[in-house]
Amino acid sequence: MDEAIVLTYEISPDDFTRAGEASSDVKGKLKQLGVSPEAIRKVAIAMYEGEINMVIHANGGGIRVEITPVEIKMILADVGPGIPDVEQAMKAGYSTAPDEVRSLGFGAGMGLPNMKKYTDDMTIETQLGVGTTITMTVKM
Amino acid sequence: MTVQGLLDSGMFTVVNVGENPEREITVPFCCDLLSIAMGRAPAGCAWVTVMGNMNTLAVATLTDAACIIMAEGAVLDEIAMKKAKDQEITVMGTELPIFDAALKIHQAMQG
Ligand SMILES: Nc1ncnc2c1ncn2[C@@H]1O[C@H](COP(=O)(O)OP(=O)(O)O)[C@@H](O)[C@H]1O
Ligand SMILES: [Mg+2]
Repeated sequence: MDEAIVLTYEISPDDFTRAGEASSDVKGKLKQLGVSPEAIRKVAIAMYEGEINMVIHANGGGIRVEITPVEIKMILADVGPGIPDVEQAMKAGYSTAPDEVRSLGFGAGMGLPNMKKYTDDMTIETQLGVGTTITMTVKM
Repeated sequence: MTVQGLLDSGMFTVVNVGENPEREITVPFCCDLLSIAMGRAPAGCAWVTVMGNMNTLAVATLTDAACIIMAEGAVLDEIAMKKAKDQEITVMGTELPIFDAALKIHQAMQG
């Protein structure tokens, strides 16, 4: 496996019934590739949080996953509102999620901290009114 | 204790039997906030919760939980039930409060 395996997904906005499908699909593919359960768990958790954020906060978006023998890279790009204060958004417990999202058990403000915790590297590029791109890497 | 062992114990009602019931349960885990569960649920846990929507199932799959126990008589909604079947996730139910349900699992695991 010299070349990266690339998977791409479109995340539809406001569709909670489908949120998590992309992460589940990646999980299945990584399992087939024989990736370690620990790495799979990290990718699944981080990607799911990112996916949910796109659904809740950013009107959907696109996810690209690149798998190489050394790492799994996830690039989540949306054209949502952007994040005004990344440092604040990264704080555990900070959330702007509406009540209906909370009633589903989300919006605890743990998504971005979880993504950071479960990945080896995470960068956030964001611009107000333009969108947000989050790149996360999990080492094999 | 395995998931099958828990299913057979009669402690809980059986809602759905998923893949790999021979899997070992590592620990009971209690949480109703999915965002917290996402970050904290240990792999192989028996997750006790009252949250029965499809996102509960997604979190269980992604965190690699061994099974879900719906406490306080909580039920899976229709979409969640379908997801449990599709994704082959083991789900049980009980009228017990969350703590009591988890304690029962803990005690059963002590043998
Ligand atoms: N893709 C995104 N686009 C715009 N805002 C975002 C995005 N992701 C996260 N945010 C902002 O960062 C906050 C914290 O995110 P997170 O830690 O996942 O918590 P939660 O999703 O529970 O609110 C969100 O409430 C939201 O304001
Ligand atoms: Mg979030």
